[in-house]
Amino acid sequence: MPTSPSEPQESFDLAVIGAGPAGLAAAVTAAELGLRCALLDAGPRPGGQYYRHPAPGLKAAHPEKLHHGWGIFTGLSARLKRQTDLGRLTYLTEHQVWTAETGEGWRLHATTGPGGSGGTAVVPAAAVLLATGAYERQLPFPGWTLPGVVTAGGAQAMLKAGLVLPGKRIVVAGSGPLLLAAASSLVSAGASVPAVVEATDYLGYARGVTTLAANPAKLVEGAEHGAKLLRHGVRLRRSSAVVQAHGTDRVTGVTIAKLDRQWRPVPGTERYLACDAVAIGHGLVPQIELATELGAETVELGDGTVGLRVDAELRTSLPGLWAAGETCGVGGADLAVAEGELAARVIAGREVPGGLRARQRRRRAFAGLMAAAHRPGPGWPEWLTPETDVCRCEEVSVAKIREAVDDLGAGDARTVKLLTRAGMGWCQGRMCGAAVACLAGGGAPRADSRPLAGPVRLGDLAAVPADDPTY
Amino acid sequence: MSGARQTPASLVGARPEAAHIIEFDGREIPALPGQSIAAALWAADILAWRTTRVEGRPRGAFCGIGACYDCLATVNGRPNQRTCLLPAQPGDTVTTQEGHGRADLAI
Ligand code: FES
Repeated sequence: MPTSPSEPQESFDLAVIGAGPAGLAAAVTAAELGLRCALLDAGPRPGGQYYRHPAPGLKAAHPEKLHHGWGIFTGLSARLKRQTDLGRLTYLTEHQVWTAETGEGWRLHATTGPGGSGGTAVVPAAAVLLATGAYERQLPFPGWTLPGVVTAGGAQAMLKAGLVLPGKRIVVAGSGPLLLAAASSLVSAGASVPAVVEATDYLGYARGVTTLAANPAKLVEGAEHGAKLLRHGVRLRRSSAVVQAHGTDRVTGVTIAKLDRQWRPVPGTERYLACDAVAIGHGLVPQIELATELGAETVELGDGTVGLRVDAELRTSLPGLWAAGETCGVGGADLAVAEGELAARVIAGREVPGGLRARQRRRRAFAGLMAAAHRPGPGWPEWLTPETDVCRCEEVSVAKIREAVDDLGAGDARTVKLLTRAGMGWCQGRMCGAAVACLAGGGAPRADSRPLAGPVRLGDLAAVPADDPTY
Repeated sequence: MSGARQTPASLVGARPEAAHIIEFDGREIPALPGQSIAAALWAADILAWRTTRVEGRPRGAFCGIGACYDCLATVNGRPNQRTCLLPAQPGDTVTTQEGHGRADLAI
């Protein structure tokens, strides 16, 4: 039943947005501490992208085979079920929050149903915790729009949820720890992975020996992926990138090349790899637009992305708004769980145990090390050709963007966008934003600014009351 | 290694109920209960079900999580549906979406 936006609703002490590791941990902790709590998530099942798992209809006996730390998730799920059964926690699935208003407390506006196809809902709450996670950063290359070229996270997501693969022989490429995790689940599921093509040289990690030593679990996780890849004969090619995907209707192979320290392809090092799919990604971008729309302060992170600025208690600069997990900088599920719990304790006015605080700090330090190690080098645009589409939605080529910058004097991503329509299509720049900003040469990264954090129908927008202070 | 290759379903010990049928451009495609339309198409080795507005290039699922909009198709007459988010329902009719689809933009 669609809920009309004006329908009065119970107000919650806390609304948590996102049911991934951070949001789940926050919501169950808050509910257990006695807060009346709502948990909103765009998906039909808890877990977020990290703990994405097969739909119940697929009757998977061993979903843990595709996961790291599955026990943490089943623990959180059991607590979620208990708190919802007791009526202390309201879990709102398929609720995509597209805007938040603040004044006397908070009002969250959401679309409902699969892909937002249902109605709308408004959830009032005294405090909000943003645990919306991240989406993948993409750097374009010639041929990246061919069918069969998919995001590394997308390959993972389709595998975990739908038990399908985009091909049989999949090149995994880009940068960041997600690549090893993706390659490792792809080979487990029967794909062959001729190579993991990683743009960094991993030397960045050497600068953080003490941080590494303080996070043995992270090292073990990396070693486990590495061992599995070795067993399956997967080659790790460091300081290399896919510089072109070949094919007409679908990908048939890639050219990879060595990169120098600036991520410029080294001429003469190209080699061809046959494949029928490519899984590509360059780390993750915190998904924070609900907060930045309202003016929350941000920080530049070591990998060149932007996250929310929070204090040691995970408060953002906006009163009553907290953030946890990837929204404060990408750092993995364990950090997200620690931060969700920490924030919930603070919001409930409880003591934060010293052990929890220490774990959060250690994992945050590791996140910083990881971010710096995989920061894209400035030379990557050298693998582009003038015809390469940068914006997938609006089909805006490198040549058009360079024309906007060189001939028309656009000095930042915003002007480029206005002149070329790059980033103005369906995905609102989520896929091309990082690349456009870099090609525009606009200096330091800025937080994405989108009027709406998710797709919403004009009718739903029109239904927001006229005296709504947000509009 | 010997024996049959691992598949995603064998890896997780999935024993789904029988597949149902959806129609894609007049072809019958099996879909397992719970699979999204995009997943059912991938399982049938179909990677593209949309052509772009300007160049008419083929596209299919890219991000798999609802963020990129490359996986749009017309589903049961409704254009611009993100097939990676839509569970395949028995009897669904999916058609390749050309250009910008026909509906009002949903944004
Ligand atoms: S594949 Fe990106 S929205 Fe469906």
